[in-house]
Amino acid sequence: MPIDASGAALSSIRDCVRAANADHNRLRLHGGDTKSFYGQAAGGEPLDLRPYAGIVEYEPTELVITARCGTPLADLEAALAHRRQFLAFEPPHFGPGATVGGMVAAGLSGPRRASAGAVRDYVLGAVLMTAGGELLHFGGQVMKNVAGYDASRLLAGSMGVLGPIVQVSLKVLPMPAAETSVSFSMGLREALTRMNEWGGQPLPISATSWSGNDLKLRLSGAAAAVQAAVQRMVSQHGAQVLDDEAARAHWAALREHSDAFFDGDEALWRVSVPSTAALFEFPGRQLVEWGGALRWFKTSAAPELVRQAAATVGGSASLFRARDRAMGVFDTLPAPMLELNRRIKREFDPRGIFNPGRLVAGL
Amino acid sequence: MNAPTHPGHPAEPEQRWADVAAVPDEARREQVIAALRAVLPAQCLLSGVEQTRPYECDGLSAFRQLPLAVCLPETEAQVQQVLKVCRELDVPVVARGAGTSLSGGSMPHGSGVVLSLARFNRILSVDAQARTARVQPGVRNLAISEAVAHLGLYYAPDPSSQIACSIGGNIAENSGGVHCLKYGLTVHNVLRVRGLTIEGEVLEFGSEALDSPGLDLLALVIGSEGMLVVVTEATVKLVPKPQLARVVMASFDDVVKAGDAVAAIIAAGIIPAGLEMMDRKATEAVEPFVKAGYDLSAEAILLAESDGTPEEVDEEIDRMQQVLRQAGATQLVVSGSEAERLRFWSGRKNAFPAAGRISPDYYCMDGTIPRKNLGRMLAAIAEMERTYSLRCMNVFHAGDGNLHPLILFDANQPGEWERADRFGADILELCVELGGTVTGEHGVGIEKINSMCVQFSPAERAAFFAIKRAFDPPGLLNPGKAIPTLSRCAEYGKMHVHAGRIAFPDLPRF
Repeated sequence: MPIDASGAALSSIRDCVRAANADHNRLRLHGGDTKSFYGQAAGGEPLDLRPYAGIVEYEPTELVITARCGTPLADLEAALAHRRQFLAFEPPHFGPGATVGGMVAAGLSGPRRASAGAVRDYVLGAVLMTAGGELLHFGGQVMKNVAGYDASRLLAGSMGVLGPIVQVSLKVLPMPAAETSVSFSMGLREALTRMNEWGGQPLPISATSWSGNDLKLRLSGAAAAVQAAVQRMVSQHGAQVLDDEAARAHWAALREHSDAFFDGDEALWRVSVPSTAALFEFPGRQLVEWGGALRWFKTSAAPELVRQAAATVGGSASLFRARDRAMGVFDTLPAPMLELNRRIKREFDPRGIFNPGRLVAGL
Repeated sequence: MNAPTHPGHPAEPEQRWADVAAVPDEARREQVIAALRAVLPAQCLLSGVEQTRPYECDGLSAFRQLPLAVCLPETEAQVQQVLKVCRELDVPVVARGAGTSLSGGSMPHGSGVVLSLARFNRILSVDAQARTARVQPGVRNLAISEAVAHLGLYYAPDPSSQIACSIGGNIAENSGGVHCLKYGLTVHNVLRVRGLTIEGEVLEFGSEALDSPGLDLLALVIGSEGMLVVVTEATVKLVPKPQLARVVMASFDDVVKAGDAVAAIIAAGIIPAGLEMMDRKATEAVEPFVKAGYDLSAEAILLAESDGTPEEVDEEIDRMQQVLRQAGATQLVVSGSEAERLRFWSGRKNAFPAAGRISPDYYCMDGTIPRKNLGRMLAAIAEMERTYSLRCMNVFHAGDGNLHPLILFDANQPGEWERADRFGADILELCVELGGTVTGEHGVGIEKINSMCVQFSPAERAAFFAIKRAFDPPGLLNPGKAIPTLSRCAEYGKMHVHAGRIAFPDLPRF
């Protein structure tokens, strides 16, 4: 999909990038700044990518939508909803100004991630602007595409460190025909066992959450499948069926972190572990999603303890939200992996102008 | 179609080993083999024409090259040693799984070694609760599903070669298969890849958790065609086996109608487990072979599969039938049993061998286009059949636009392979023109390296070499594949100057 490179907004972005590169100046790439709380703190001259906006192409029957970086995520989702389609990975907005470009760069997925996949799994193609202001088209608009290295998927979650993602093509899916949520009163240990057990059975589970001895499942898919699953959960496992509106509100609150769990000043840790990892506890409170694979902690526990606990079970921890990020957000990479990240960064951004330090300290 | 390196160009890393046909002198051969002998037990090293001949090509047998030697390590430590030797002596390394590649991705380098992972054939562990399996790269794709069937689980990506192809190869190509429309590609089903760099350094990409810190290099490694790392282990995702599957077979009197029917199914919010199309030439070729009851008067046949619980499948099959009927299907049959379902599929699955039945040779193409352009593509292919005086039958992963034209020819007839090759290149370039890509799932390898000059700009190709440099600075892992050098594209570009008509077409070009 050729980019309309003559657009004034794009030219203006290109001019800023070229000037910064020429002068070795750092740039803080941003959209709606809804994710600026996340990741290592950003420095540099702000470069607002919002002016380059608009849905370029949307083909519901091709299951693909192409949009410029500054397109409000809300607008894109509305366009999809109009045709009963959606972004299956349920990206959080975290604010009213979230953009499509920022969503891809941040790489954060919502409650449906464990069943449907992550942001990166739905990136079909992306256009990256280089430090020299050139446009590189990676991927395309089709899912079956193995021409060249998968550089477009590399950009998901890159936090802008490889350059501005000026346009992206995303795979979209039809909204499920039916959706019902159920809840159970259950301790965490049993909930972890159940979530993993049910994950191995043909049940249409699209999301899970556990918090405060309450386990919730969202069942989505064909009406017949959802009905049968709800029946089984109620009759065999004592589930309560949630009211549709209450269910929608619950999952939306989890996605956007407006749930009461996320309130308060304590640090919020995001711990990503194999779904069967044994439960661990810290002072404070815990919320579990993704069938057990995502564990949130609101805790004052020492960072080393949280990281160690995650590492021991083959996972990682990130300081998702905290007043003071100086103690480090993401786990340190093992030396050979750090070196590889450095080299890739250097190839794409030799003068280190794009969002320095945002993803990996020192990069 | 695959130009040798232009001799006058400076030796950038990507240039040094771009000529896969370069053969070393005897002294050099001895030097390398002696160094490998020092690090590998006798049974792990093959040299000499007779021993290495079985490795001279992969599934694309038109492209052959004897390697300097073949290494068949049994341990990761041995892989490390081989890589270290090759690094020190500056020897190209071509990793190989089962050698089923259809794009020449594991065709040897004349000056290099083939590094076969065939002996890495163990499933190391299965975690039924977490639904993952740790496997070695030489394990066959289907073997994974077979090993976990008793748990009610399976490994979803099902390339048609799955009884033979290796998971390591699947990772190298980001393989798909009939069911990838619903269940995803390899990249959607692999959690972790353990690989060695050319320096022999061990890296773990991804993890058994759903996120890892840093850049998403796992996505980059999957589909990297053996050019970034040598895979020694992977953790794959296992998913619940559907309780049952049924398939609707629909006949259409017009391929455009069939293409529109596919769009209508998607528009109705249905994502079938499989959605495939065969044109009349394809069904004519397979029907006598498989006796599946294909409607031989149909211009196109669609196979739409639904899987899940009995209730889900009933509902979905009903809805699909409605849509197909409305889209003008002239006949609709639904499989009534598992045996019948497999019979309906047998023609599609046997399309390639059936081509072999009606033609001495066939050349299987692989490209992707937006589904809406199927009619245009098939019309253009019909035109090309006339231009090149060759028949072409078409099977199509209709659900995701991935086309497999099979160009029929006879290699014993002078000029037919060359014509088939050009016919194929024309199809690929049309794919790009129609908003698609030159390879949907078979990879670029050596086969489509020239077509990459058409799909990507010089700056994009330079970016690919930059990624390569970050992983493999000396450029020794599978050089001369997938990403074309500037000089190759310059040569290919000159060939295109006269709108596809090459002067002196009978002169051997490559």
